[in-house]
Amino acid sequence: MGYLLNIENLETSFNTGDGVVKAVNGVDLVIEEGEIMGLVGETGCGKSVLGLSIMGLLPTNAEVKGTIAYKGLNLTGLPEKEIRKIRGKEIALIPQNPSTSLNPVLKIGFQVAEVFHLQQRLPWKKARQAAIEMLRSFDFPDPGKRAEEYPHQLSGGMKQRVLAAMGIAGEPSLLIADEPTKGLDALIRIQVVEILRQLVLRTSATMLLITHDLKVASCLCDKIAVMYAGEIIETGPTRDILSLPRHPYTRGLIASLPSNGLVPVRGLSPSLIELPAGCKFHPRCNQAAKDCAQKHPRLEIVDDGCKVRCLFNDQNCKPEKKLFHGSFQKEAG
Amino acid sequence: MLRYLLRRILMLVPILLGVTLITFSTMHLAPGDPAELILRGRLGGADPPRQAVEELREEMGLNIPFYVQYGKWLKKVIQGDLGNSFRTGRPVLTELLSRFPATLELALLSTLISLGIAVPVGIISAVKRNSFLDIFSMIGALLGVSMPNFWLALLLMMFFSLKLGLLPVAGYGGFRYLVLPAVTLGTGMAAMVARLMRSSMLEIISQDYILTAKAKGLPYYRVITGHALKNALIPVVTYVGLQLGWALEGAVIVESIFARPGIGRYLHESVFARDFPAIQGCVLFFALVFVFSNLIVDISYAYLNPRIRYEKGME
Repeated sequence: MGYLLNIENLETSFNTGDGVVKAVNGVDLVIEEGEIMGLVGETGCGKSVLGLSIMGLLPTNAEVKGTIAYKGLNLTGLPEKEIRKIRGKEIALIPQNPSTSLNPVLKIGFQVAEVFHLQQRLPWKKARQAAIEMLRSFDFPDPGKRAEEYPHQLSGGMKQRVLAAMGIAGEPSLLIADEPTKGLDALIRIQVVEILRQLVLRTSATMLLITHDLKVASCLCDKIAVMYAGEIIETGPTRDILSLPRHPYTRGLIASLPSNGLVPVRGLSPSLIELPAGCKFHPRCNQAAKDCAQKHPRLEIVDDGCKVRCLFNDQNCKPEKKLFHGSFQKEAG
Repeated sequence: MLRYLLRRILMLVPILLGVTLITFSTMHLAPGDPAELILRGRLGGADPPRQAVEELREEMGLNIPFYVQYGKWLKKVIQGDLGNSFRTGRPVLTELLSRFPATLELALLSTLISLGIAVPVGIISAVKRNSFLDIFSMIGALLGVSMPNFWLALLLMMFFSLKLGLLPVAGYGGFRYLVLPAVTLGTGMAAMVARLMRSSMLEIISQDYILTAKAKGLPYYRVITGHALKNALIPVVTYVGLQLGWALEGAVIVESIFARPGIGRYLHESVFARDFPAIQGCVLFFALVFVFSNLIVDISYAYLNPRIRYEKGME
C-alpha cells in the first residue's frame, strides 16, 4: 500500500490585523490508501485549517508552505484551475456544521445531483436519478419526494446524510470529514458515526476524520494523530494511542472523556499569534521540567508506528493502567 | 403558496382603507379654504365675495361633518369617481389614466436600467473586494447616490442633446424621448442597489454553504451564479420594490424637467394650481402603486426564499 497523501513540513498562517496567526506549524502526516486517519485536538488547534489547506480552500489572507503530495502531485501552490479538478473528484470534503453547510434556497436533490453532473459528467436527468438513488442508500424514506425539499425541511441527521452523500457522489479517493459531530446532540452523534462507518465500509475510501471528539475517532479510525497548537504531538495506531498514550496532552485528553470522569486539561490552548517557546504544551503540562520551556521537542519514533513529540518520551513509555473505556467500540477491523 | 398569497391580498384591505383616510384628511387639514381658492382662481387672484364662498362651500359639501364627507368621498372613489379637476373640469381619473403610460414606461425602464447596472456591479465589487474595480465602482455609487436628479438631468440634457445632438432635449414621443429621463432616474437608483448588492453578496460568500459549493469542485463563477446569487438577491428584491416609491418621487422632478406628460408632472402642476381633487387623486394613485409593488415584492420574495414559501403553507 502506497502513500495516498504525504504532508511534509506544512505551515499555514494567516495575515490578520492582530498579527500572523500560525495555525499549522510544520506538520508531517502520512495517510495510506484505505486507512482512516483521525486528526484529534481541541478547537482552535489548527486541525480544520489543515483539512482546508489540503483542499486549497483557505481564504485569501492565508499562506501555505511545505508540501502536500497527493498521489505524488504537490497540491501547495497549484493554480486554482488545477486544484479545482482535484476537489470533489479526487478529494472530497464533508464540511462541518450540517445546519449551515447546505444552500438554503436550493433543493437537496439538486445539491446532490450537481456533484454527479459535474464530476461524473452525467446529464442532469440521470444525475438527478443518481442523486435519488444515493439518498435512498443513505436510508432516506421516499427519496424522490425528499429530493424536492429544501434544507430547512430536514432534520440535523438528515442534513448530515445529504452532506455525506454529496461527499461520496464524485467517488473520491480521499474523504476529509471536518468535525462531522461538532455541536450535535448525543443521539445524532451516534447516527453520524453510523453514517460514516457505513460510508467507509461501502466505498473503501481513505478518510481523514477531523474531530475534537476522541471517542468518535476511537470507534472509526485506524490511526490517530493528536494535534496541539498547530503541531502533531503524537501519532500511531488507534489502539496504541488509547492504551499507551505517551504524550501528557494525549493522556489529558483521554482523562477528560466523560467516561473517565471529565477531568479537564488545565489551562487554555495558547494563542496562535504568540506561541510559547520550547514545547508548546509546557505551560499546561503537569510534568514540565526546566528544559521544556527552552527546547522544542521533535516528533520522534518511539516504537513501531508510534511517534511522539515530548522531551521525556522515554520515561512516559511505561505502561499505565488502561485509561480508555470506550462505549461504542469499533466493529469490523 | 396560495394561502400565503391570499393572506397577503387580504391584508391589503385595511392598508388601502388607511391610505384613503390619510389622503383625504391631509387635504382637509391643509391650510386654506378650497372654496375660496377655487373662486380666487376663477377671478384671477382677486378676493372673492363672502357670499359666493359660502355658497360654494355649501355646494361642495364642505359644511357637513368630516367623517360624513369622508364616507361620501370614499363611496365615490370606490366607484371610480375621483372628482373633477378644478383647473380643467375634467374627471381626475380620466386625467390620471391618460398620463399613466408615460409614467409607467419611465418607471419600468429606469428600474431596468438600475438593475442592469447595479446587480453586475455589486457582484463584481463583492467578488473582487478591495480591487481597483471595487473601489472605482463604489466611488461611482457614492457619486450616484449624492447627485440630485435635477442636476444630473440638466447635465445629460446639455451633453447628449445640446452638444452632441443625439437625443431630444425634452418632450414625449417614442423611445428616443424616454432615454434621458430613464437614465437620470435609473442612475440614482442603481447606486443604492449596487451598494446593497455588494454588501449582501459579501455576506453570502462567507457562508458555510459557499465553502461546500467550492469543495464540490465547481468553478468559481458557478459558485457565484448558482449558489450565491439567489441568496444575495433576497434583500435586494425587497429594496427594489420599495424603490418604486423612490422612482415615483423622482418622476415628479424628472417629468417636470423633461416635460413629459406623466403623473409626476401632473402632481407638480396640480400642487401649484391648488387643484385639490387632482392632488388627492395623484397621492392616492401613488399610494396604490406603492402597496401593489410591495405585494409583488412579497410574491417574488416567496419565490426566492423557500423558507417563506413553506411557512404554514403547503405542508
